[in-house]
Amino acid sequence: MSVKHGLLALLERGPAYGYQLRASFEESTGATWPLNIGQVYTTLTRLERDHLVRALPENQQGQRPYTITDAGRAALAVWFTTPVTGNDRPRDELAIKLALALTTPDIDVSSVVQAQRIATIRALQEYTRLKKQADNGDLAWQLIIDSMIFRAEGEIRWLDHCEATLLRRSTTTPPPSGNRVDVDAPEREATNT
Amino acid sequence: MSVLKISQAHRTHGIGAAAVHALRGADVEVAAGELVAVMGPSGSGKSTLLNLAGGLDTATAGDIVVDGVNLAELSRKRLARLRRRRIGYIFQDFNLIPSLTAAENVALPLELDGVSIRAARAAATTSLGEVGIDELADRFPDDMSGGQRQRVAIARAIVGERRLILADEPTGSLDSQTGEAVLRLLRDRCDNGAAGMLVTHEARHAGWADRVIFLRDGNIVDASSPLSTPDSLLRATI
Repeated sequence: MSVKHGLLALLERGPAYGYQLRASFEESTGATWPLNIGQVYTTLTRLERDHLVRALPENQQGQRPYTITDAGRAALAVWFTTPVTGNDRPRDELAIKLALALTTPDIDVSSVVQAQRIATIRALQEYTRLKKQADNGDLAWQLIIDSMIFRAEGEIRWLDHCEATLLRRSTTTPPPSGNRVDVDAPEREATNT
Repeated sequence: MSVLKISQAHRTHGIGAAAVHALRGADVEVAAGELVAVMGPSGSGKSTLLNLAGGLDTATAGDIVVDGVNLAELSRKRLARLRRRRIGYIFQDFNLIPSLTAAENVALPLELDGVSIRAARAAATTSLGEVGIDELADRFPDDMSGGQRQRVAIARAIVGERRLILADEPTGSLDSQTGEAVLRLLRDRCDNGAAGMLVTHEARHAGWADRVIFLRDGNIVDASSPLSTPDSLLRATI
């Protein structure tokens, strides 16, 4: 998501000036995405240049409110109806780290997986605590917490999958190039308890 | 003081070359007010640990102490009494008796323990109220949804003065929302002074715990507690 579309969405509620937009933005995202006021004004300048917002006359306190234009509304509608794709997200550092760990000598991939699992579970515990505190709170914030919870859960499931795959394919003697996998290795059976 | 203290617990099935080591020296303590989740792959010893904690299985070596009582030192009769009075169990498949109503199912452990039927039913009604289904007291399990049945099972687990609640995949067959409601009930019960141990393979459910223990091949390999700085955590991940 860009700050640009966030500000357009806020201006769709009605005209507002920079500090109001910053406060509303942080409120809408549960303070999970802090903005500095410089970012807000830079973005407003660009939006005005692109005719997506229009500056209104200064009020008595010297604050200049902005209003969304028809072109801005159209851009906002396109943003809301366009799904977020992988290309819009930052690269997944964890996936890259694990891929590199597999091919780097003397790196214990299981330890990398477990260290990440602990960190992600910790985050999940904290999100859950926030969720419990957010009971009866506003719906937008609850949905943001849920999205973090589901993302963390997905990451842990993926880590479990990585570990199970490594276990299935591990050889008794690691290859000299590191932890490269041997697809012909026999599977190790888990013992049921 | 810990409600549950497991020290160097081993559980081995079979002997000699055929021996299977389900648990190899586990140490776990659960205090009043605390919920501990146990995670690990199939066969890692999760259910074995829970069964030892609840006196449903006997350790090959090591000590299991519940409420200050070493389970190994109890006769079978006394162990059964301690299980009825002090320990509540929640299973994935509910384990309700189909021919008894919700209230009768919940009152049963108290009645078996010699509590008068009237007092047991009153306690059952209170317990059903705590899990939000007192209006279903006269329904039979077959006339309830999965979520309602699991609430009855939780009411049974917390009825009376139970100090230790053990849950083995309690949300297994429930949908996401109902499963979360079950976890909230368990969390609330622990917040009100019970000690809880939850076996789960779902990280989202383990998130409700104060601590998460990881088992691998019968060994505890790690434990996790939440961070104390939620703001920095949020900013780091968004």
